[in-house]
Amino acid sequence: MKARVTVSLKPGVLDPQGRAILHALEGLGFAGVHDVRVGKVIELELADGTTPEAVEEMGRKLLANPVIENFRVEVA
Amino acid sequence: MKTAVVVFPGSNCDRDLMVALSLVTGVAPVALWHADSDVPAGLDLIALPGGFSHGDYLRSGAIAARAPVMRAVADHGRRGGLVLGICNGFQVLTEAGLLPGALMRNAGLDFICRDVTLEVVTADTPFTRGYAQGETITMPVAHHDGNFQADADTLDRLEQQGRIALRYMEDVNGSARRIAGILNEGRNILGLMPHPERCVEPAHGNTDGRRLFEGLLAVLA
Repeated sequence: MKARVTVSLKPGVLDPQGRAILHALEGLGFAGVHDVRVGKVIELELADGTTPEAVEEMGRKLLANPVIENFRVEVA
Repeated sequence: MKTAVVVFPGSNCDRDLMVALSLVTGVAPVALWHADSDVPAGLDLIALPGGFSHGDYLRSGAIAARAPVMRAVADHGRRGGLVLGICNGFQVLTEAGLLPGALMRNAGLDFICRDVTLEVVTADTPFTRGYAQGETITMPVAHHDGNFQADADTLDRLEQQGRIALRYMEDVNGSARRIAGILNEGRNILGLMPHPERCVEPAHGNTDGRRLFEGLLAVLA
């Protein structure tokens, strides 16, 4: 089974990387981009029967930093 | 004074830190490997060096913060033992939850490697007692992720409790309230982005870092 953990910066946390991408998009002539936020997607290959709770715990303990990041788990 | 320097895969300031500690204390520090879960008894100071532990993968300091040795570092800190985290060591301490906040990508996205001027905001600590309150000192920084961020309540609490040890005199990397170094509540754990171990002898062109180690020696000798 697989799980996908999407880690994103909490609202309000400044994202300099997102801002640089926003400026680059503007430089390419894309109008109407108001904000860009960069996160990461972590794909996990798991033993069958791994519970979503266990994956949540992985998120809390390591995959995301609760000070600055939120995460979402999708188990397939 | 019995000191130790933790070595993670990818640490690269561990040797410099050991040289600085040897120079000032007259005794060579013990090197602790990240996978060690037992540390020698009777350590006065455990220091976490700069570098790029585990390649800065996931987040700077994130993997190192979960290393077996960090349980011993946390126990040492909980007992009131001194813990010093420099640069990547500071990132490891925040990731381990021993210091609040997080160190994010520099606001300008550049790797910054130069001397910076700092204000000693709190001289009343074992780490900063060698400086005068409000003194301006110079130390080098070399980091990509030195942009200290925490929520407003945490920042207010750090200010009110006198736990901001060092502040940049100018905006260097976007850090909230120009924070360069902070203390835990017990004031026995310091994390800072500047590198005191890189300015301890005249050949370095600057000896402002030396007084940090001398201050520790005066407390512990």
